[in-house]
Amino acid sequence: MTSQRADCGNLELRSQSCEQNLLSRPDGSATYCQGDTSVIVAVYGPAEVKQSKEFLDKATLEVIFKPKVGIPGCSEKFQERLIRNTCETIVLTALHPRSSINIIIQVMHNAGSLLSCCVNSTCMALLDAGLPMSCLVAAVTCSLSCDGDIILDPTSQQEKEAKAILTFVFESRDNEIITSNTHGIYSIKQYYSCVEACRKYGFVSCQSPLGTTNTVEQ
Amino acid sequence: MCTMKKAAISNAEKDFILTCIKNRRRVDGRQAYDFRNAKISFGQDLGHCEVQLGDTRVLCQVSCEIIEPRQNRPTEGGLYFNVELSPMASPLFEPGRQSEFGIEIIRFLEKTVRDSRAIDTESLCIVAGEKVWEIRIDIHVLNHDGNIMDCVTMAAVTALSHFRRPDVSVVGEDVQVHSAADRDPVSLSVHHLPVSVTFAYFDEGKYLLVDPTEREECVMDGSMILSMNIHRELCTAHMSGDMLLVKDQIIRCTQTAIVKVSELTDLIKKALENDRKARASGNKCGFAETQRQQKVTYLKRDVTEVDVSDKVEIPEITLDETEDSKDQAESLVVLGKGTVQVGEGGHNTWLVDDVQGVKPVQQKRKKKKKHAAKKVKDAGSSEEEETVILVPDS
Repeated sequence: MTSQRADCGNLELRSQSCEQNLLSRPDGSATYCQGDTSVIVAVYGPAEVKQSKEFLDKATLEVIFKPKVGIPGCSEKFQERLIRNTCETIVLTALHPRSSINIIIQVMHNAGSLLSCCVNSTCMALLDAGLPMSCLVAAVTCSLSCDGDIILDPTSQQEKEAKAILTFVFESRDNEIITSNTHGIYSIKQYYSCVEACRKYGFVSCQSPLGTTNTVEQ
Repeated sequence: MCTMKKAAISNAEKDFILTCIKNRRRVDGRQAYDFRNAKISFGQDLGHCEVQLGDTRVLCQVSCEIIEPRQNRPTEGGLYFNVELSPMASPLFEPGRQSEFGIEIIRFLEKTVRDSRAIDTESLCIVAGEKVWEIRIDIHVLNHDGNIMDCVTMAAVTALSHFRRPDVSVVGEDVQVHSAADRDPVSLSVHHLPVSVTFAYFDEGKYLLVDPTEREECVMDGSMILSMNIHRELCTAHMSGDMLLVKDQIIRCTQTAIVKVSELTDLIKKALENDRKARASGNKCGFAETQRQQKVTYLKRDVTEVDVSDKVEIPEITLDETEDSKDQAESLVVLGKGTVQVGEGGHNTWLVDDVQGVKPVQQKRKKKKKHAAKKVKDAGSSEEEETVILVPDS
């Protein structure tokens, strides 16, 4: 028996909101909330780069992921890498060779679907920093319950009960997947049905990044 | 441990700020003893507190775990402070390593909160010598616009008052930790609320400011931080920088600090009370809730009153320059197609070809554009751009 969400159905996203430029020091910053999950992202760059990390043909992209409690460990490093790889495909790093772009992600509250919230927030912060990007991205997390039901944007309780958790990142031009991250067991058929369920919302989010709440809640 | 890079400030800006201070003004329009607007908000979790002091922003999360007590204090729980100077706050903060400044903040917090016995550590004991609660205080600096110390103290103290630890029951040897659903969590016993006030000194202690901004911190000689509670008890006095102070100055600062501390304590108590009411009424609260409204903030600022009653001297505009340019416009000499000589300087000495001597030169624009367009197409080719020099036909 899976727990039902009070605010919306299992095939809907929780209410989302976003605020940009809330910090004065970084070049770009954004906070993104999906239900109760929220993160703050700051972007510095293009800026001076350490010589050891310098690339001659492109900017060095660094992601720092900060948990709320404790020091970052292995799973945080993994998240950093995932987000960095996602960003490297969309940010036109070749336009700023020998410089650095730093993305710092601070978790404010984790109530499930943290990874997709981080990616969405990072996209908004990059947008705020005015960095050249080839397209926008939107991430959607879904979980497969033991009965094989798809739950979009799961809460942490639903994530705990799930058989598998899948996160997809879609780009805004052709609505194709650029990142896919999965935990748990699922069949190929289930994977594709998850992709299609997520794609529907990924497309909406990408088309109107600032009006996500409006469009999704209709 | 590493020494932190120092923030760069230009001489002009430094002089400007110092002159302002000498004229009893501040760049942001505040008076010398004014604090910036402080805002306290809470998260959905207990012990999650965010404090904003002007643009400075700090996040604090309190958590707890059961540990074995220290040998020499078997009945006392622990308070562990962890301050993260996140690279989010300033590009000068490096990730991973604890800087000198970070250690200074942690030590200051230990002196202010733990050593002043603001939290009753004896009440954190579960089984003497075996099990005690350790309260962990994680502090993240999100945005650095000066006076991190006061902001951090306020966040830590507020979060500690906001926090509730799970209830435990001891039956014989067994210790049972009750979940929040099982039994209501217990709040920590907070004896008093120490709040700190930073005084920045300029010009060898001649001028002092309360709550310096990041720019003011760059030019100050040193600072003194006093932390006090509402009962007018001094908890910590912390001095840094290279300056000497006279006894009178310190006494005067404590008088000012008393006023500021009572204001800030009221704010903390009011914020805690509001949050308690919101939770009791069952409303949703927390960070996500405060962000609900659809908004795009581009650093909205509160209106600051600036005193402009004093006579402001406007320097007379010298007209020499404008007259000069007028003369120049009259002395335009057309040397050839598309080439003009301005002023009396003589011939253009740039791009003079030796063969053509002193004759003025002209670049054929059209040709150049073509080349540029070509270059874009096969970007990466290192072909030098050709410049065609033409002799004017005058």
